[in-house]
Amino acid sequence: MIDRIVSMGAMLLVASFSLPVAGKYGDLDHAGSNVFDQASVQRGAALFVNYCMGCHSAQYVRYQHLVNDLDLSEEEVLGYLAFGEQELSDYLLTAMRDEDAEEWFGVVPPDLTLTARSRGPDWIYTFMRSFYLTDDGWNNQVLEFPAMPHVLWELQGVQRAVTEQRETAGGELRTEVVSLELDQPGVLSPSEYDAAIRDLVAFMEYIAEPAQLKRKRVGIWVFLFLSLFTFLSWLLYQEFWKDVKK
Amino acid sequence: MAKPAINFSRPFEVVNDWINERSSIAEFNRKHLTEYYAPKNFNLWYFFGSLSLLVLVNQIVTGIFLTMHYKPDAELAFASVEYIMRDVEWGWLIRYMHSTGASLFFVVVYLHMFRALMYGSYQKPRELVWILGVTIYLVLMAESFMGYVLPWGQMSYWGAQVIISLFGAVPHIGDGLVEWIRGDYFVADATLNRFFALHVVALPMVLLLLVVLHLAALHEVGSNNPDGIEIKANKDEHGRPRDGIPFHPYYTVKDIFGASFFLLIAAFIIFFAPEFGGYFLKPDNFIPADPLVTPDHIPPVWYFTPFYAILQAVPDKLMGVILMGAAVLILYLVPWLDRSPVKSIRYRSWMSKLALFIFAVAFIRLGMLGLSQESSTFELRFWTFLYFAFFILMPIWTRLEKTKPVPERVTH
Repeated sequence: MIDRIVSMGAMLLVASFSLPVAGKYGDLDHAGSNVFDQASVQRGAALFVNYCMGCHSAQYVRYQHLVNDLDLSEEEVLGYLAFGEQELSDYLLTAMRDEDAEEWFGVVPPDLTLTARSRGPDWIYTFMRSFYLTDDGWNNQVLEFPAMPHVLWELQGVQRAVTEQRETAGGELRTEVVSLELDQPGVLSPSEYDAAIRDLVAFMEYIAEPAQLKRKRVGIWVFLFLSLFTFLSWLLYQEFWKDVKK
Repeated sequence: MAKPAINFSRPFEVVNDWINERSSIAEFNRKHLTEYYAPKNFNLWYFFGSLSLLVLVNQIVTGIFLTMHYKPDAELAFASVEYIMRDVEWGWLIRYMHSTGASLFFVVVYLHMFRALMYGSYQKPRELVWILGVTIYLVLMAESFMGYVLPWGQMSYWGAQVIISLFGAVPHIGDGLVEWIRGDYFVADATLNRFFALHVVALPMVLLLLVVLHLAALHEVGSNNPDGIEIKANKDEHGRPRDGIPFHPYYTVKDIFGASFFLLIAAFIIFFAPEFGGYFLKPDNFIPADPLVTPDHIPPVWYFTPFYAILQAVPDKLMGVILMGAAVLILYLVPWLDRSPVKSIRYRSWMSKLALFIFAVAFIRLGMLGLSQESSTFELRFWTFLYFAFFILMPIWTRLEKTKPVPERVTH
């Protein structure tokens, strides 16, 4: 009996071991994006190609993938999501040259294909909503003085920081950003802007792992099949073991 | 007169006879399956051996398919993995089966080893089975470490950097040794190429050989059981153990059930949580390897973290590496450290039970500490001490404790 209790204890410990790790970037707002909402992903695709791809690429994504996965026709993809002479087999690459990027921003903008997997959807969502204008240019609450300006400022408007003098543990006074307020409204209202960013995040989640659309759909059937198979194999086991257990 | 019925099994019998006249396959089949008598009282813990074999086969089969599309080249490796994930038909499934399989391999192997510790399966006459098992575990660690480098993400690269640099702690030859392992002055294309060769060809062959030997050694002496009774000591008039049942069909059907239940769990992870909260696939490994950008935190994959914690418990690098190595190698001594006259924990006193419990907690706690960057040195040392105390004090408590009488026959 005691070994059974020990087993249970060990199992519980193993289970407690697999609790998720706390967010590595501190407090982030929950994106609440839905990669299965096709309309949202399509809107996000439009935002991505219009605003992000000026500087960033999604070098592992082909236009053909968008046709296959987002229920868009070839004409729609080439007409609305691709610029210039693009073929369906081409990757989503920015037209900006690396040398120019280094000259203008100091760095080559990172590829965005896998950002939703490396940083997470919540990070992108919070980052894109946390730009504020300072006397030294654009700053961001998530990433201090990013090399990237606020590309979507026309949509969001211009935010400025509300600061407060706070005493640190050492007794020094420091200026801290408490919140952001909209100084100059943009084309979109704050809630419309949040929704637009949610669409963008949904698209970036999709390009980070296109397989997830199929994966979860197929997974249900695999799970059902294996449940049935497990049940049948249990019956078979019981049948064979009748003569052992008597 | 009715025509004789057509004998459909006749062609099979002919083929069967033809083979049997030319080989000893039938004898092999008898020795290892139909007339291999296993104790009839195996419990849940006895699934993990056959499950390890299942995962090994999965790793080999999915690995072969990954090799068809993967490119072991520092310039191409990361992109080729993404190509598998996007453009290869069902490539994502094969990749997730392989990455999830790697972690589940350690889950089942750890449980399999814990079972052995619980029921004294390493005791005489099974010392060789245990030694081969520990060797499999060692090779498995090398195999998984090298496999983890292949996707050539940031964690692959910097994890390799950290682990290879541990060899630099060896006095005198350290620096040369590190360079020899890497094949370059830093972790580079040459490192990736050799790790690919070792991961895909060399170590799998060694693993397979060791598994064959592990099973051969086991079948020579016979399986232990939760009561730790030698079933061969009590045979019937036909020379069959009274508490034994033929492995086939009894344990084959039982293991099919165990395997399908295990696959259910594996499928859940593969299809619904392949990253497993960042434990099986780390977020930073979705960033291509960059020798110029060191990540702020380079934790090893979860199955190495207990040993990584032991390394961190010691300030001196060489001592840390020695202690970490000792933590694994000390397993080899277990058959001789255990002085108890009984095998199973069922017939031992509270001392063995408490010791094993503390050991399990220490191992898991060390694993958690090894994941974090801000683990307290005191806690690291406390659990490291308990980890080693389990082995070092084993000869003492196993001799001191009062054991219970072991029954003649197995219990259910």
